[in-house]
Amino acid sequence: MGIFKIFSRDKKEKLDEGLEKTKSSVFSKLSKAVAGKSKVDDEVLDNLEEVLISSDVGVNTTLKIIERIEARVAKDKYLGTDELNRILKEEITGLLDESNSGDATEFTTPADKKPYVIMVVGVNGVGKTTTIGKLAYQFKKAGKSVVLGAADTFRAAAVEQLKIWAQRVDVPIVEQGMNADPASVAFDTLQSAVKRGADVVLIDTAGRLHNKVNLMNELTKIKRVMDKIIPDAPHEVLLVLDGSTGQNAIEQARQFTKATEVTALALTKIDGTAKGGVVIGISDEFKIPVKYIGVGEGMEHLQVFNRHEFVDSLFSND
Amino acid sequence: MFDNLTDKFDRAFKVLKGQGQITEVNVAETLKEVRRALLDADVNFKTAKDFTNQIKEKALGRDVLTAVKPGQLLVKIVQEELAELMGGEQEDVDLKGNPAIILMSGLQGSGKTTFSGKLANYLKTKKGKKPLLVACDIYRPAAIDQLHVVGDQIGVEVFSNRDEKDPVKISQAAIQYARSNGHNVVIVDTAGRLAIDEQMMNEITAVKRAINPSETLFVVDAMTGQDAVNTAKAFNERLNFDGVVLTKLDGDTRGGAAISIKSVVNKPIKFIGTGEKMEAIDLFYPKRMADRILGMGDVVSLVERAQENYDEEKARKLHKKIAKNEFSFDDFLDQIQQIKKMGNMKDLMGMIPGMGKAVKNLDIDDDAFKGIESIIYSMTPEERNDHKILNGSRRKRIANGSGASLQDVNKLVKQFEETRKMMQLMSNKKNMANMMRQMGGMKGMPGM
Repeated sequence: MGIFKIFSRDKKEKLDEGLEKTKSSVFSKLSKAVAGKSKVDDEVLDNLEEVLISSDVGVNTTLKIIERIEARVAKDKYLGTDELNRILKEEITGLLDESNSGDATEFTTPADKKPYVIMVVGVNGVGKTTTIGKLAYQFKKAGKSVVLGAADTFRAAAVEQLKIWAQRVDVPIVEQGMNADPASVAFDTLQSAVKRGADVVLIDTAGRLHNKVNLMNELTKIKRVMDKIIPDAPHEVLLVLDGSTGQNAIEQARQFTKATEVTALALTKIDGTAKGGVVIGISDEFKIPVKYIGVGEGMEHLQVFNRHEFVDSLFSND
Repeated sequence: MFDNLTDKFDRAFKVLKGQGQITEVNVAETLKEVRRALLDADVNFKTAKDFTNQIKEKALGRDVLTAVKPGQLLVKIVQEELAELMGGEQEDVDLKGNPAIILMSGLQGSGKTTFSGKLANYLKTKKGKKPLLVACDIYRPAAIDQLHVVGDQIGVEVFSNRDEKDPVKISQAAIQYARSNGHNVVIVDTAGRLAIDEQMMNEITAVKRAINPSETLFVVDAMTGQDAVNTAKAFNERLNFDGVVLTKLDGDTRGGAAISIKSVVNKPIKFIGTGEKMEAIDLFYPKRMADRILGMGDVVSLVERAQENYDEEKARKLHKKIAKNEFSFDDFLDQIQQIKKMGNMKDLMGMIPGMGKAVKNLDIDDDAFKGIESIIYSMTPEERNDHKILNGSRRKRIANGSGASLQDVNKLVKQFEETRKMMQLMSNKKNMANMMRQMGGMKGMPGM
């Protein structure tokens, strides 16, 4: 495949392609569910339940959505199936809107916060390092100077991997090799970024399962250390979630938030068959905006998450 | 592992408790809970539906014949069905051929490289094989380096060719290399790929055709949601894989993927990954896993792990010492090392029936014994050998040296004395009955 081949593709096309799978599968199932029926009855709601649960929306959120639709059916008395899409879309957007004030956009780097420090966290294998590479590329393209910090000193060759991204994007990287103290790497990175007058710092961390108390404490420590160089750093803690993860993503959001006060989410790998419905569940439960979605392995395959577009493309009837 | 699901079942079965008979009505309520528990655990929607329907049929059928309580009966049925669903008996990896060839496949980030290392280590240490790891992930930055680091860690040779961009050629060359260098197993690590990426799926299909592996493994993250089924199906259609590896089961994921995948592709789950250490690999035992889901613990695994790390020679010496009442702090330290070798404390405790829930929220880690160890390390050899000389000033010095409080030191010495007494009793068969009586009053160790 190759990174380079995908890389050459148009990015919007790639995003649409990624969401297309979500769209067509949710919609085709739903169309099947309502085929030949003129109003929303129990069977349609049952089928709706299947559609939502099969998209990883989760039982709680699904029941919430269904309850809302049932309430509207009761109120409006007669509800045709052509209205179902619109209402479903409204209800899901509603759930997303309630937890996110305003539209989530990409990271902005306020002038008074320089360097702007972004720490990236998540469980093993979700795509933290890749996401950092893509973010670095975006910032660089926007004319910002970027410094990467290789604080994943644990996973075999993680430092090497980030180094390759640094070369590819052509940004400086601060590293102390494998098995170094990650907090010390973060400290060094911030110091170096201040000296260079960099605009943005991206700190990579080792993947860790959120139920490992020691490792989560380590993360808290890494975060705390940064504050010593730049007050309020890190300014953002980006939790990366694998788009194919099921309900466990909610627990991940909960535990990482506890340890590091997560401020933003990135959802990766949704260019596959995974439907990313877990975002709806997470947005419903936490007040953390989804900022980015990863839709491929190339540098450009990181998109700003826009929930209206997201829900639109889930239910647009084409 | 499956603690969350167990919790749910616990709650579900509570509904049934105190009722005399399984009827259509009371079973419906419980099964609704069971189905919800399964869905919350990421079990595939259809699988969960089929499963609860099956349970219902069996439950209603058996009700007439037996006189057990409905709750117990249903637990038994659910347990049996769950084990059945995850695939009858345990199946090992197929190592026929010389070299035997194992091909790894899976999505990005599922843990293929880490697992390849674990598998190589397992085959080397447990089966006396001489494996060769092959780096065929030519895409992800530093993937080849990663496999080399892993190989170095476990002392297994890694074959790679950074100039070659064709995984088919790399894997073929690796097999040649294995033949001429006496490797009897070849493990081919590949790049992560999405099932819908036609080009990448063609690539791995070509690799498989070229090397004709005796075992093709599909590696899947245990946290995967509903998509597990689609991905497993797609990989199976292309590769007709032989077994599934479930990784990251040391997380708190409910692991429903385990249940769905087997039922959809009808391939056995052969291994599970339970940590980042190279030893954190286990065979998959469906029956045990079902027991675990139902909170019945996993005593067999626990016993096996204890046996593996048991040093008979040491044990015999220890018995002698105990019989002569010479058990010292040094021996105590030794015991702690033995337990630590068995693996992650939380994992171990989770295997004890009924403990799953108790340890779920506890902060137990590999350093659980650190406090005890540092106190003992702060003792002089003389003190370790004879705890009776530990007077007030010595204890104070030890407390200062180890950073523990004086109470901690006192507590440890007291518990050490109790343990000693207990061991004395145990070494004397006549006192067995006595000991059993005393067991009830035994207290836990500090730091646990």
